[in-house]
Amino acid sequence: MSFVAEFDRMPLGSLTERAGAASAQDVRASLGSVRLSLTDFANLLSPAAGAHLEELGRRSQAVTRQRFGKVVRFFAPLYLSNECVNNCKYCGFSRDNPILRVTLSIDEVLREARLLKEQGFRNILLVSGEHPKFVSNGYLADCVAALRDEFPAISLEVGPMETEDYAPMVASGAEGLVVYQETYDREVYGQVHTAGPKRDFNWRLETAERAYAAGFRRLGIGALFGLSDWRFEAIAVAAHALYLLRHCWKAQLTLSLPRLRPHAGEFQPLTKMTDRELTQLICALRLMFPDVGLVLSTREGPRLRDGLIPLGITMISAGSHTEPGGYTGAGKEKIHRTERGRQVALSADDPGHTSAPACATAATGQFDISDSRSVGEVAAMVRGLGYEPVWKDWDAALLASGQP
Amino acid sequence: MLVIANRSFSSRLILGTGKFASPEIMRDALAASGTGMVTVALRRADLTGKRDPFANILEFVDPDRYLILPNTSGAMNAEEAVRLARLAVAAGLPKWVKLEIHPDPRYLLPDPIETLKATEILVKEGFTVLPYINADPVLAKRLQEAGSATVMPLGSPIGSNRGLETRAQIQIIIEQAIVPVIVDAGIGVPSHAAEAMELGADAVLVNTAIAIARDPSRMATAFAGAVEAGRTAFEIGQSAPQLAASATSPLTGFLD
Repeated sequence: MSFVAEFDRMPLGSLTERAGAASAQDVRASLGSVRLSLTDFANLLSPAAGAHLEELGRRSQAVTRQRFGKVVRFFAPLYLSNECVNNCKYCGFSRDNPILRVTLSIDEVLREARLLKEQGFRNILLVSGEHPKFVSNGYLADCVAALRDEFPAISLEVGPMETEDYAPMVASGAEGLVVYQETYDREVYGQVHTAGPKRDFNWRLETAERAYAAGFRRLGIGALFGLSDWRFEAIAVAAHALYLLRHCWKAQLTLSLPRLRPHAGEFQPLTKMTDRELTQLICALRLMFPDVGLVLSTREGPRLRDGLIPLGITMISAGSHTEPGGYTGAGKEKIHRTERGRQVALSADDPGHTSAPACATAATGQFDISDSRSVGEVAAMVRGLGYEPVWKDWDAALLASGQP
Repeated sequence: MLVIANRSFSSRLILGTGKFASPEIMRDALAASGTGMVTVALRRADLTGKRDPFANILEFVDPDRYLILPNTSGAMNAEEAVRLARLAVAAGLPKWVKLEIHPDPRYLLPDPIETLKATEILVKEGFTVLPYINADPVLAKRLQEAGSATVMPLGSPIGSNRGLETRAQIQIIIEQAIVPVIVDAGIGVPSHAAEAMELGADAVLVNTAIAIARDPSRMATAFAGAVEAGRTAFEIGQSAPQLAASATSPLTGFLD
């Protein structure tokens, strides 16, 4: 039975109600339990538990140090393409957005990757919009194969595939698959995904299972906070994680907690999640899942990141760009717009056009980075907090298809 | 003196190198522990021979001072572990391997079937094999028959600090052993280490408890003391704990 069947039978509504209204006594009972249930988790998300944030933080820190040690793993996203066939109201890459688009060639991907490697990264996440024509499965497999000798760990965050289409990615050397449900709220999901294959909620919800069946060793899931009630999303993510831990038991699981932030002229979040609430969620997740990796990206600002790392975060990105070619300027001469599936060259009067090579046009990023510190600065900050930055934590030799 | 595969070690404490706040802190803790053997996860190390500055953990472990024991942590099956072990040798590391084959990334419990398979292959290739296993006495015997240099039963899951939850099974393994028994995993405080040594374990492997201690070097010293104390007590021999105080009036006095 896939998670979809289980998901539909779960009392997510009543758990969310509990998360909104748990009493101080409920919270104390859950704080005292040896092994947390989903009900305990809901209690720890409550406003009543929010009053115990300092205690949650202390416990979360202790558990994280025990299970993961005083280390923080680093990874870098490498955007391959911002072409997309979907329309998602919150995403800059939506197909009907008149943005500057580009798909990097394999050589350009290598250029970007080598710069990241120079910076220290040994764990790379290849990210792309979903576009069968411009970002074909063959292209993705070629990108992985081109990088496998340079990077001990390669993960993908691309359009969901069938199990048999994932298998060649694993064979090419990818060992991690990241896919966020965005929102676990079916109604909201339907409202914000207005066109494209991504509209299929169930297909997306089963992606991690298909990836596992194809041989991926690391699975990343998450919700995009700001679309539906954060407590509901958190409980749904936890339920999903519980399912994956039981059924995909050989995979290392990571959870990501990206937040939509309000930005002028962009999609405004439909719901709010404060910094305190994000912190509470991270601590509650750590107590619920002592061994699951928690990922924090550069969507969040420096002050919050520096504070959250010692509380339970185990993996971070740094110095990130969310536009293809963002690290080196690779591919900038090919930047275009895409209209109804056809690439249209920039005309001289296009606002994205520039004739001066020194002032390069850049493709449009997926979201704004809030932590613009360099990789070196973030690594120094991590050391300053008393943690060792870990760059390499995987070896291609671990994959059955690896060499020799 | 602890002897493994004809090599002697003056300390019966073996250290792991994960989870430390910095490589310098790790190096100091190794020195303070007095250990002669240090295990390193191959997935953290550079195996290409390029001296990667971002995967330089081995540069902090002096090979003249410690035997570097590469471990296969991250491997899910025999094939992957064997490949890693061969790569380590190609990269110039000792032909010793601590087999860690745990398909379950949460509790890191070792797969007995794949571990036995990998042991058989690597022993034939001339490796000194130290397999990490659940505290299963029959598996321990099977591994010794396959030529393992030690057996390394867990006290409790890796990093759990729960101590010797498998105590009774470890006692059987020790009783039946023809190679050194090293209690690995779960040792959270020095008293756990002393307990393992009192039971007759030949050595213990400690990582998390030292790495995440507030003062790793002092904690390493504390563990060294506990290991020595436990070993000394074992060598002296302990009297069995008594269930009740001795009866004051003899029960067999009528025979006098």
